[in-house]
Order: sequence, then C-alpha cells, then structure tokens
Amino acid sequence: MSTLTSLARAEAVRAGRAQPIATVRHVHVHDRPLVLVPLTLAGEANAPLAAMVGDDPDKPRLLVVAQPRNRDQRFAFATALAGVIVSYADGFTARVEAVAGDRARDIRVRFADAPQIVVPNPGGVDFARLFGRSTRFRRSYGDYAVDPAVPMLGRWLTFFAERAEYPGSCLLLAATEALALHWATGQSLVEDQNLAALLGWIDPPVGLTGAQAAVLAEDAGTWPPAGPTTDPTFDSTVLAPLIQAGDVPGLEKALTAQLEPTWGLVWRAVDRLRALPAGPRVAGRWDADKEAYTAHVQHLRDGGPPQPRRDSATAAAQRLNRLERAQASYAAQRAFDDPLVLAEYRLAGEAFVGTVTAAEPERVEGAGRSRKLRPHIVVSTADPVRLAPGTALVAPTRSGQKATLIAITGDGVLLELSGGMGRAATPAPGTVPEVGERICYSSLTDGYQPVADFPRREDTPWTHGGPPAGYDPAPVGDAADAAATDTVAADAAEEWS
Amino acid sequence: MSTDVLPAVLADLRSGLHRGVVVDSPPGAGKSTLVVRAAAELAAGGDPLIVVAQTNEQVDDLVVRLADAVPDATIGRLAAQDYQAPARIRDRPAVRVGRKLAELPGCGIVIGTAAKWATVGDRVWPWAIVDEAYQMRSDMLLRIANLFDRALFVGDPGQLDPFSTVDIDRWTGLTWDPMQSAVAVLLSHHPTMPVHRLPVSWRLPPTAAPVVARAFYPFAGFEAGTVAGQRHLEFTARASGTASAGPLDATVDLAADRGWALYELPARHAVRTDGQAAAACAELALRVLERGTVAYSERDPAGVPVTADRIAIGAAHRDQVAAIRSVLGTAGDGITVDTANRLQGREYDVTVVLHPLSGRRDASAFHLESGRLCVLASRHRHACLVVARAGIPELLDAHPSTEPVHLNVPVKFPDGWEAHQATMSHLERLRIRAVS
Repeated sequence: MSTLTSLARAEAVRAGRAQPIATVRHVHVHDRPLVLVPLTLAGEANAPLAAMVGDDPDKPRLLVVAQPRNRDQRFAFATALAGVIVSYADGFTARVEAVAGDRARDIRVRFADAPQIVVPNPGGVDFARLFGRSTRFRRSYGDYAVDPAVPMLGRWLTFFAERAEYPGSCLLLAATEALALHWATGQSLVEDQNLAALLGWIDPPVGLTGAQAAVLAEDAGTWPPAGPTTDPTFDSTVLAPLIQAGDVPGLEKALTAQLEPTWGLVWRAVDRLRALPAGPRVAGRWDADKEAYTAHVQHLRDGGPPQPRRDSATAAAQRLNRLERAQASYAAQRAFDDPLVLAEYRLAGEAFVGTVTAAEPERVEGAGRSRKLRPHIVVSTADPVRLAPGTALVAPTRSGQKATLIAITGDGVLLELSGGMGRAATPAPGTVPEVGERICYSSLTDGYQPVADFPRREDTPWTHGGPPAGYDPAPVGDAADAAATDTVAADAAEEWS
Repeated sequence: MSTDVLPAVLADLRSGLHRGVVVDSPPGAGKSTLVVRAAAELAAGGDPLIVVAQTNEQVDDLVVRLADAVPDATIGRLAAQDYQAPARIRDRPAVRVGRKLAELPGCGIVIGTAAKWATVGDRVWPWAIVDEAYQMRSDMLLRIANLFDRALFVGDPGQLDPFSTVDIDRWTGLTWDPMQSAVAVLLSHHPTMPVHRLPVSWRLPPTAAPVVARAFYPFAGFEAGTVAGQRHLEFTARASGTASAGPLDATVDLAADRGWALYELPARHAVRTDGQAAAACAELALRVLERGTVAYSERDPAGVPVTADRIAIGAAHRDQVAAIRSVLGTAGDGITVDTANRLQGREYDVTVVLHPLSGRRDASAFHLESGRLCVLASRHRHACLVVARAGIPELLDAHPSTEPVHLNVPVKFPDGWEAHQATMSHLERLRIRAVS
C-alpha cells in the first residue's frame, strides 16, 4: 500500500467515512449494465445454487437450482442463465462505428457499444470463469447432450472472465474492486472485500460512522454474504431442509431473501461510480473493450472453436506480453487522468511537476547528415526527483516527444528532448516547452509499445516441449472444422471423464 | 572434489545425448570465467556460436573478457539502435559492433542481450551459451530458443527470480508458465538434462561462504576458495573518539574481524525511506573510507586501499537507494548505492546492506524473497555490514510463510522466511547497538 493510500485510510478512520483516492472515475460505467449475483452450493466445486440477474434494478430475474447436485438441473440453470446473458451480450451488434486504421485509408468497423457485466466481488469473476469452463465444451448432440445455448454461455462467460484479467478492461467488473479504486476506507483490505461493509464506509447511513455501518454490515442476518459462497448458518438451518424436502417455492423465497440485499448493493455501487466524472482516457479503454467484443462476436459468427482449456506455450507468452503492455499503459493513463494518482508517483520521485526555467530550443548535435535537433530544457521543481540520469521521460501533454534526463542540478532537472519537433532544421513553433510553462514529466509511458515477436505455435522450441501434439499444421475448409470439432470433443471428454 | 567442472560440462554438451546442460553457480564461483572458457573451447572447435546475456552491461563485460581470452577470434557485438559502445569495447579492433547480423560477417562468436536476439530470425547456430539463465524469464527463452541446436545455460539459482508487472495465476502449474525462470521451464520439460554445480566461491571469504551456503543453498552447498587468514582488513586511521561514532567504529571493527556485523537501531515502525537507517548506511560506508581501510587478500598480499569504488551500499527499494545517496553526499562520491536487482553479478570488498525487513510492520513476499537477501549478503570479498532496526526475528515469527503450494510447481527451497531466519540467527551474534 502506498503512502498516500495509507494516509487516506488513516484519515478515513478519523473522519468516520471513506476518503476519495481518485478525483475522476477510472472505470467505464455502462448506461445499461447487466448485474449478476451468483450463489454456489457449499462443498461442491462451483455448483450453481441460484443467481439474480438482469439489466433493470427493479426487475431482477431469479434463477434457482432446486437440487444443485443434479447435473441435469445444473445445465437447465445454465440454459436459463444463457437466455439472459447471451441475449444481453448479443444485443450490442445493431450499431457499428468506423475507426481509422494505422494508415489513413484503412477504415475498420467495430460495434459502437459493448456489454458490461457487474458482479459483487472477485468471487463473482471466478464463478464466471469456472462456470464458463464447465459449460463451453459441452455438446448439443450425442450422449449427455445439452441445450445449444449452454456451450454458447460458456464461451461468453469465458470471454468476459478473460477480459477481466486485462488491466483497464471494463467488460466484467467486480463492484468491490471498482469501488476500492476510488475510495480508501478505515478497514483492512480483507474487510473491503465485503461489499456491504465497503459501501457502509463510503455512504454511511445518517447518524452512523463508517466503522459502525461496517459492523452492522457484518451481520449475515441483515446483509447476507455477497456470494458466491453462502452463509453457513443459512446453509444448515434453512437451505438444507428446503433442498431435502424439494420445496421449490420455499427455496425461491429463501434465496430471494439471500440475494436481494446484494442485488441492491451492486446497483448502489454502480450509481455511486456513475456519479463520478469520467477520466479523459476512460473512453479510449472502453474503445479497446469494444474492439475485443467485436473480435469475439466475429469469431463466433465465423464458427471458431471455443477458447482452449489452457494456453499453449506460445499463446501464454503472447498473452503475458499483451497483459504487461496493457498494465503499463493503464498505470500511465490513470496517472495522467488524475492528479491524485500522479501524486503517488511524484511522492515516490518517479514523476515531477515544475516550471521550465531555461530552454535552448535550437540546440543541435552532430553535423551534416547526422545533424540532429536535441533541445535542452531545465525544469525547476520542488518535487523529490529520484530518477537516474539517462532515464527516458515523457510529458503527458507531449506524448510524441522523448525527454532524456541528463542531470539533476541545483537549478532543476536538465532534460534533452528528441522527436515530435517536425522535420525542419529548427523546431516547429510550440513543440519545445517554453520558459515559464508548467509541465509534468514521468517515466510512465502511454505511447505505442511494440508487440514482441513470438514463434508460431508449430514452431514451439524444444525448450518448451516442442510443438503441441495433435496439431494439424494447415487446416483448411472442412478439415479445419473437423479439427476444431475434434479438439472440442477431446477437450470435453477430458473435462468430463 | 574436483574444482574444475568445465571438462565434464563440455563432455556432456558434446556427447550428443542432451540438447542442453545447466550449470548452477553460487555467488562469485567463476560463472563468467566458465562462460568465457566454454565459449573459447567451442569456438576453437570451429563451429559458430552465440552468447546470450540479459543486460547490456553483462554483454559488454563478456565481450571484454572474451576478447582477452580468445585474442585471435573476431567477436561480434549485436546491439540495439541507440547503443553507445563504451571505451573498453571501442578500443578493441577484434570486436565489431553491429545493429544487424548482416553487419557482423565472419564473426565466430556473436554476443547480444536476449531482447536483441529475440529480433533475429532465420538462422540456426549449432551452439549457444545463455548467461544469467535464472534471471531470464521463460517467455524470453521461448523467443530465442529456435536460434540454436544445443545450449549451455549458466546462472545462479539463489538470486532474484524474474518478475512480471501483472499478477495472475492462470498459468500456474503449466510446465511452460511464462512467469517462471528459463531454467525452471527447461528442466521441467527435460528432467534428465545434466545439472552441474560450481563448488567453490572465489568471492565470498571463509567467514561468509558457510553462512550464505547454509541459508540460501542448503542442499547444493559450496565452499570458500580461500582459508581463514588469507584475507583481512586493516585500518590506517584510528577510530574516532566521539561517543556517537563509537558504535559505528565498533561495527566496522567487528566486521573487519568477523566478516559480518549487525548495526542495530532501536525498534520502530518506520516509513520505507527511514531517515535514521539511511544515515546509518551512509555513515558506516564513510567510516570504512575514513579509517583508511586496507584489504589484504590472495590477490593482493601486499594490500590495497579500500577506495570508494570498492564499497557498495545495497537496499531493497529504489526510494531507499535515493535516500541513502542523498545522505551520502559528495563525501561518498564513487560509492555504489543500488537495489538488489541491480547489484546482481557485482563484486565489492566491503558492502553495507539496509536489511529489507528493517522497520517494517509486515513481512511481505517481496521483502521475504530469499533471492533479494541472498544478492545483498553475497556481494563482498571481505566484510558485510548490515543495518537494521531491532525486532526482525519477532517480525518473522509473527509472519510465517503463507505462500500457497500449487500442484505441478516445484517447491523452492529454501523459502525466504527460512533464509531470513538463518541469516538473522548468525547476525544476532555479531550485533552492535546504536546509541539511541
């Protein structure tokens, strides 16, 4: 935990309510999100017990599994859940928008919006991932056939859960994590996992402090756990007798009472977040989500296979590379959007804000063909700069220009600039910071990061086990379909044998 | 036990039975020497060869040493676009620097960083030597492994594991987990691959080798290359008479005598950039300078002064390094102050270490990582002075190791908690308390 967040937590204790640690909203909040509150049966691996789901706070849809240990009922639940989730997720394909590609002439088309699912906590994300894994390889024909909607649900849930691993993606949000990004409470990080307690700190009821509200929220009688795990007392005294008796109306009543409080809390969290002004770069990240959504829909329409059970060596390395690049740009974007986030970096000496006190805009290095514009500027700052000479820095307001730290002197920080000054012998007007300008520099970068080269799957080297077995190097047409189907069948057999 | 493992390593490599050979090297056991000698032997066989290291500095070091060892070979230095060759490279006519492979024709040995090699394709070399292989991540090995048929992997398993900025467990348990080290992935796919160990540390003195071996290499172990009495420190200036400098001088004296000393500040929970601890690190390093310390060793039996460039101060975090550097001021010009990550592979006569757990309220996985403490505690040829606030054993007892154990993931021994306990139990016997 950083110094500023620790301070905000201490202040939350003193003030009796959560303290903001962000000045803008860093997540995209959809106009019409889908809230999903799942519950699972204790003692069974990810066996769904019930779910409350819907895109209208006043019209929750309750899905209940009367006997969660019964596989047929489990997949009937999956079919019903698919009815809600797949039709919601499919529902953003009506409108498209054009985007410019790398070159001006390349125009691509993507869907103008994307779905957003909100679950109460990271446990809900795990539920989506695991339930996606247990449904996406099921077949709608042959032995143990399921409704065709079931594997489709699995592929969508897997898509959402995999996107949730991407730093900055908002297709699947956990309410507790989204709130904790914006507020610091006076309780521990573990206690922040309780949505009721967290919201108790953020919005304590009139007459109560955050700590008192959080204590009340810990009573499982009034605020049942936000799932997917249920309250053990409820399990033994209410749930077990009802399941034993096969009392479906009784189960529905009891589970509604367990789910409804959380349902309300998640919508409160959505409203609370929506009330914050969005950071300028949130829309750009949502665009990336729209791209991912478009690609997934296209993959489904093309009859592509379900997501593999696990990443191959090359796929894993490529995914890690994508995640790390997303992480770096997400960290930079949050800092550039929000002075309070940037303050963390300034306090750590990794960023500084100051005034340009000297500039040598026409300074050049080399001569003849190797003549290069390398202006020097001095930025005077009161921040504790802890960057080593030679570090490449970027100003968020001048993202196309690199500034290399030459030295830190008594006058300030001496920087050498390169790039972003036009092609002429002298810098284009306004491209070099002028004396008196207030500017921020940091080692964070939101710029283009090159994609690393990885070997193709069939070129997986010996060090990593060689090419995966059973791979058909050039599947085309029917062969591709057959290969895909075989993979599905093999994976499914392995999954369920 | 034979101290020269190179013949056995080369025999395994050339036997044709294995595509790779791993050599584990404890701190200062002559890893670079082994790399250079192996490269010279393989190059002498006439086959072209590539050498992969992790940082530009490591590559430059190897280039210089190889140029000395194989004076008649042309060595290619594959470098990035913005690479500026240092003087020690520019001065050597036998070394060519190229941005692309096409600029290095006729070079029997080509050296570059792993990141640079990953941009090269369409050619396969019969041999490769991968240096610091435990610091290379598995996904980097994946990118370069198609460049060679057979390879020698050399590294120190006790140092810091590679890390990632993202924290997800979706690949945990897979043999090709991209977050693992290159050697871990290599050995999980090739469990019969021969693993050799360098048995002698030429850097660590007899006072340090058993302590470091027991704490960080409990199964492999190693010995010091020197015996007691072969190395010692002497002072040409007398200790300061002031009361405040007393404990500092006593710490320096104890470290000179016993190889280790713990300078203990009063217990307190402090911010990471603990001002007193930073000042203590700086003052201890300066005392070593001011006392006119002279180091006598097998290399310099007549003694050489311990100058600023032979002293390093190590810490866990960059902001701590900055804090120490600012206290050090101009009096400490030339003294290396750096994080454990950046001190890897470096060697000094005397080191001052800010203990990673000093002043902390909790013992997180980052601060407990055995590699971090191992790097900090194994950079010295003569003495290591540790600065810490009191209460570390109690902190360790309050934070037992709780890392989850996963299926199919080899358990790493020793865990950081155990390594910290072992180190502290030795240091506690060599403790000087600061004046509070």
